[in-house]
Amino acid sequence: MCLAIPGQIVAIDSQNTHLATVDVVGVRRKVDLGLLQDELPVPGDWVLIHVGFAMSKISEADAADQMETLTMLGEAAAAIEEVRGYGLENEIPDYPPQRWKQ
Amino acid sequence: MKFVDEFRAPELIAKAGEEIRKLADSDRHYRIMEVCGGHTHAIYRFGLKDLLPANVELIHGPGCPVCVLPMGRIDDGLSLAAQPEFIFAAFGDMMRVPGTHGSPLEYKARGMDVRIVYSPADALKLARNNPEKHVMFFAIGFETTAPSTALTLVRAKAEGLNNFSVFCNHVTIIPAIRAILDSPDMRLDGFVGPGHVSTVIGCRPYDWIAKAEGKPVVVSGFEPLDILQSIVMLLRQLRRGEAKVENQYTRVVPWEGNRAALRVMAEVFELRPYFEWRGLGFISQSALKIRESYGTWDAEQRFTVPGIRVTDPKAAQCGEVLKGVLKPTQCKLFGRECTPEQPVGALMVSSEGSCAAYYNYEHRKPITIANAATR
Repeated sequence: MCLAIPGQIVAIDSQNTHLATVDVVGVRRKVDLGLLQDELPVPGDWVLIHVGFAMSKISEADAADQMETLTMLGEAAAAIEEVRGYGLENEIPDYPPQRWKQ
Repeated sequence: MKFVDEFRAPELIAKAGEEIRKLADSDRHYRIMEVCGGHTHAIYRFGLKDLLPANVELIHGPGCPVCVLPMGRIDDGLSLAAQPEFIFAAFGDMMRVPGTHGSPLEYKARGMDVRIVYSPADALKLARNNPEKHVMFFAIGFETTAPSTALTLVRAKAEGLNNFSVFCNHVTIIPAIRAILDSPDMRLDGFVGPGHVSTVIGCRPYDWIAKAEGKPVVVSGFEPLDILQSIVMLLRQLRRGEAKVENQYTRVVPWEGNRAALRVMAEVFELRPYFEWRGLGFISQSALKIRESYGTWDAEQRFTVPGIRVTDPKAAQCGEVLKGVLKPTQCKLFGRECTPEQPVGALMVSSEGSCAAYYNYEHRKPITIANAATR
């Protein structure tokens, strides 16, 4: 939850312009750009992502540094898992809907 | 110091360590609090304490959102979600946090519809995909995650998606720092300021710590070198008898913060008169609630919340550890009744909690900087 994940903006969604596809070491998912609306990033820009929302623009070198920091912290796998999970991509309907039993 | 070689800039790390030893007055004992749980994790993982002289002590602060959430709020959230046709959505960090009758994961095993989401936007998507259900997002976090929850609520309102609500547990860091400084058993010399919270709030909100309390604050990044440099900057100020706010993490943190994020937070949230923090008790104006204009999407305004209050297990000394009065190992339950596998207190649940960090890196498997970098 508290991970700051570096990613590169690949494309802005043509229908929802507050959404953009980002690339995080090869994993591509949609993130929300609404928190950067004062200075919207464009394709090619690098951003730090928190819980599916781009929070700050950074340089490419800082993005590389941040990925290395996550690796050193042992959190790179968790970061990739988080990005993979954006958009409920991993949502597995693992049980039929059932009523809550006390 | 051979193990330093593993770092990206070993010569700079060694230099920073040397500088710290030079700056620290040997007649003085320094107590520096790192506010953020991410820093606590990094400090243990990299064994940074080994690079510090014995008289420069790091005290772990309250900046772990999972750790400061009182059990009663988890019970409240889970009891709301016990209504039929409810989906309880939360970040993975919340799933193993114990409530009185079990963690969200255990409730899931008993049949409650509990989903892990990685973004509040995905909780909203769940609501969109399940129009016959009500999706309640259990929101936690400091100012790092609060803007995302706020923007998600703006989007829910714009879409008119009424089968969605947020059970809001967002807290703010400044009142917690104030509570710690007000606590009579606390003596601190300075603060390593949180990195990502400051991306949002900027550096100005720390001004009073320097001006009114006379303690330096250095907002810091998360790499080993960042943290050591921040300690150097703090010691330099202390040596000169200064107290000001400095920003070591300029590559990410703008002095003014993220105005767009602050605007959306102000649109959606207002301050609660008071909120209970685990270990710190009730702190006034320390948490966010959803404004009436967004009441339709506020689980607390929309449903009846039981308002459960649970006292922490007596033997567990989470409060003292959270305030930095006790070290994790000084708690009677540490490593015995309370382990990351079977946590009693919340400080053991999150990897950012000081007990879990201490247990994983110092207690169970003592590691040096050498293997930290490669693990």
